[in-house]
Amino acid sequence: MAQWIDACATDDIDEEDLIRFDHDGRTFAIYRSPDDEFFCTDGLCTHEQVHLVDGLVMDYVIECPKHNGQFDYRTGEAKRAPVCVNLATYPAKVENGRVLIEV
Amino acid sequence: MAGIVIVGAGECGLRAAFAARNAGYAGEITVIGAETTLPYERPPLSKPDAAGVIEKPITSKEALSACAIALRSGVTVTEIDRANRQLQLSVGSALGYDKLLLTTGARPRTLACPGGEHARVFRTIEDAREVFRSAGASTRVTIVGAGLIGLELAAVLIGRCAKVTVLEAGPRPLGRNVPEPFAMRLAERHRQRGVDIRCGVALRVCTAFSVVLENGQTIDTDLAVAAIGVTPNIDLAEAAGLTTQNGICVDAGLRTEDPRIFAAGDCAAVQAPDGGYRHYETWQNAQAQRDVAGANLAGGDARFSGPVWFWSDQYDLGLQGFGETEGDPAAIRDLGNGAEVRFYSNDAGQLIGAAGLGPSNAVSRDIKIAQRLAGATLDPALLADANQNMKKLLRAA
Repeated sequence: MAQWIDACATDDIDEEDLIRFDHDGRTFAIYRSPDDEFFCTDGLCTHEQVHLVDGLVMDYVIECPKHNGQFDYRTGEAKRAPVCVNLATYPAKVENGRVLIEV
Repeated sequence: MAGIVIVGAGECGLRAAFAARNAGYAGEITVIGAETTLPYERPPLSKPDAAGVIEKPITSKEALSACAIALRSGVTVTEIDRANRQLQLSVGSALGYDKLLLTTGARPRTLACPGGEHARVFRTIEDAREVFRSAGASTRVTIVGAGLIGLELAAVLIGRCAKVTVLEAGPRPLGRNVPEPFAMRLAERHRQRGVDIRCGVALRVCTAFSVVLENGQTIDTDLAVAAIGVTPNIDLAEAAGLTTQNGICVDAGLRTEDPRIFAAGDCAAVQAPDGGYRHYETWQNAQAQRDVAGANLAGGDARFSGPVWFWSDQYDLGLQGFGETEGDPAAIRDLGNGAEVRFYSNDAGQLIGAAGLGPSNAVSRDIKIAQRLAGATLDPALLADANQNMKKLLRAA
């Protein structure tokens, strides 16, 4: 059953950047957008299971470090080949300077 | 009836068909592929898993059908009849075109020495299956060519085979556009793992069980693989009277001198701003050119601009780079944990290339940002300072 998990402090993520967060045998990517919102997706690219943590965030797009596939990290939508399968997303919220994700 | 016809169903050609459709082209699109399988990605071929060679299709029958793209597999084109705007096919029939895209790719060079036919090549999924099928625990492997493909193969085969030797004609491994310190570091990792890399050697003869060098040494070999680069497939274009150099000559819009014929990917040589033609053999080039070709086939006016990016994974190390990386770097950025990025600029101080080497994908982000900064004039001191956020440089540029 999904539950809210305390993942990190808001300051742990730079603006327009992401971190890796591992929980209960799963790996996630948590993003801070240029306008200071927080989002959470699966950590691994749907193309070749490369971790997105080494990828590049530009505005609302995460680009995979390996094959340049792109996703909108707000919706998980696959934006550029070779990725064609969307990325799973999870709710994220901020409470008292902490980022919580519902996974 | 005649719509867009694309000759070559690889990463560039097949996806160009989708790009043309996405750009709004409503006519017929036909892609002709010589291989009989559904088109597949080539990068995984050198990275088999426990179950063998990974076959990763580029698309599905459903996706082709949803975009009304007709794929004719196992068919080759024998002639382009430009006057009548039609192709002669290996199956005997003709196929008309309104616009034609040539994405015929490249073929591996074979060994020129006597007995060179004993060496396998590595390009198709069948080649990959043959190589890995032959590579057993007692197999002695000799790879000719210490470029990216040769070394990636060595990294995979050293864990499976009794002995792996890599022979290189040049003075060092990765002599083509990989900074020497990175090439040396990768070579050292190969040696640590037991790969025998020999540079500056020439082949005298190959037999079924040996490779003999000009210096008289004999290397006992059960499996020889030639990884000495590729030759662009330009014969069809040449026979049709199109201009070719080391590739089919096209402008930045990927058009040949025939306004109905385009070329892209490994088979193309694209005119650069300086007037010369540049031929690229990287995955990202196929990716970038397919988007340009697709848009222009649909009537657009997209332009290709380099530089293009590449990567190579060997053991725990990831190499990435783009553009020109010859000579002395303008700046060296130490990312810590054994990861380093080198930046290269021209005489005017503009960034023209970068390369990085580090564990896994550690250099990826900086290389991606650097590529977006290509052409910008940057302070080398800022590039060298790992505490400087590269993205801030990008925002300021």
